[in-house]
Amino acid sequence: MACLQDIALVVRSKNTSPFTYSLDIMFREASDYADFKSRKLIDKALIAELYGMAQEQVLDIIFFDPALAIKICLPREISSGAPGDRDVYGAQQHAPLLLWNFTHAGN
Amino acid sequence: MARFTILSPTAILGYGFPESSFERGLAHNPDLIAVDAGSADPGPYYLGAGKSFTDRAAVRRDLSLLLRASVSRGIPLVIGSAGGAGAQPHLQWTVDIVKELADELALSFRLGIIAADVAGEVLLQGLQQHRVEALTGAAPLTADILYQTGAMVAQMGVEPIQQALNAGCDVVVAGRAYDPAVFAALPMLRGYDAGLALHLGKILECAAIAASPGSGADCALGILEEDRFILQPLSESRSFTPASVAAHTLYEKSDPYILPGPGGSLDLRNVSFENIGEGRVAVSGSCFTPSEDYYLKIEGARRVGYRSIAIAGIRDPIMIASIAEILEQVRSRVNELHPAGLQQGSLHFHVYGRDAVMGDREPQREKLSHELGIVIDTVCPDPEAADTLCSLTRSTLLHFGYGGRIATAGNLAFPFSPSDLRAGEVYEFSVYHLLQTDALSLFPLSIVEL
Repeated sequence: MACLQDIALVVRSKNTSPFTYSLDIMFREASDYADFKSRKLIDKALIAELYGMAQEQVLDIIFFDPALAIKICLPREISSGAPGDRDVYGAQQHAPLLLWNFTHAGN
Repeated sequence: MARFTILSPTAILGYGFPESSFERGLAHNPDLIAVDAGSADPGPYYLGAGKSFTDRAAVRRDLSLLLRASVSRGIPLVIGSAGGAGAQPHLQWTVDIVKELADELALSFRLGIIAADVAGEVLLQGLQQHRVEALTGAAPLTADILYQTGAMVAQMGVEPIQQALNAGCDVVVAGRAYDPAVFAALPMLRGYDAGLALHLGKILECAAIAASPGSGADCALGILEEDRFILQPLSESRSFTPASVAAHTLYEKSDPYILPGPGGSLDLRNVSFENIGEGRVAVSGSCFTPSEDYYLKIEGARRVGYRSIAIAGIRDPIMIASIAEILEQVRSRVNELHPAGLQQGSLHFHVYGRDAVMGDREPQREKLSHELGIVIDTVCPDPEAADTLCSLTRSTLLHFGYGGRIATAGNLAFPFSPSDLRAGEVYEFSVYHLLQTDALSLFPLSIVEL
């Protein structure tokens, strides 16, 4: 088993609007990116499981070849800075991705 | 070959930049110095309260260098989203600093000031004429919400800035603006391709953040040509790489291929990034597709109350083991003692060491730390009510006789006296919508000769 921090260059989260945030994963190696893309390792079902939400809530998962990147768009529970919000910039929502274990193609 | 060179000094006016990088940029004889001063990232408070999230002294320092270089060398200077949120108080705050510096440095120039405030009636009319669309996650707009929304701005496109430049303004201070427009307005006026100019602006608005190593407090240079643009670092310690620039294209965007903005979308599906040596990257293939109707993004913030907070630590392992139940019981007790408090206001417990950062999305909330930090967060319609709810919650939690308790002297370690603090006004983004309108009528230009 492997985890993302072993093969990713960047794993981060950030607001894309006051109502949404994005999880970005960028790979170091083109081969890892291609493997993730072809095996569809990251899909709405996985994100729903990691973040304890319904699959329908996952807004989008986009593969961006020029940056060897996967972008996952999620809705915020509470808009940025409104009462009850926990992360105004949405900058610390990526940890569940780092905790996730998967079978690495190279294993 | 035609070239248009843009110097971007810093990611946000007031974040600073090394003078050596700026001088290196000036040595390239830029056709434009442009800087973004704003962001919605710090949340709705700054728009709602009319305050800047940047520091006045820091903005003054950056502006003094920019104004001096711009005026003495005759390079147009464009500042967008003045004062952070770009509404009237933010614009005025920035213009005051510009005037102060012009006087102090004995600089003479034509200043263009572009307001970006939107009156409630404009949106109300748009609503009645079905010209308003909610962006993802925003609630449908109603007349009530508009009535409660004190501050509202529209993100301008290139057109109002071009109008100011056409009027001979040497320095343009614009209210809320679509970040790339600040950089693209002048080159587009000179006939450069909109797609390339806006994509370059999209990258330059973050200055050297798209370089490797990235920095929001260092300058970057962009050179626009007929069919491509070049990014060039201005510090020896940085370089642009195809990977760093491509990675930046993803940043803060929900879709990296199609980026909607005022009047159309930037289409990056056919973009390519090429390493051309010396830390430079050439980008081509970006194209702009005008939309049939002209849409502007409107941002508005309404005040939802006043906040009081108390901060405390918990170290007792018996209490920590059942912290979730204890907090629910405390909430019920507070509700029994003071029903009006929770009817009119809200109470949130931010439990650091459990789930303060991720809430219901926290997968490890049961993996408790040996010590918890707790913020009692109360928001009520007036400051006194927030004080009352905060104080009552704090005292109830402090002495709460939870099941199994053997530490009977007090449940909380307060780092401060007083334990309770007023945190001021609380706002929320109440408007985050598109308005179908035209490019210019919401952005009045005023010109001042300094």
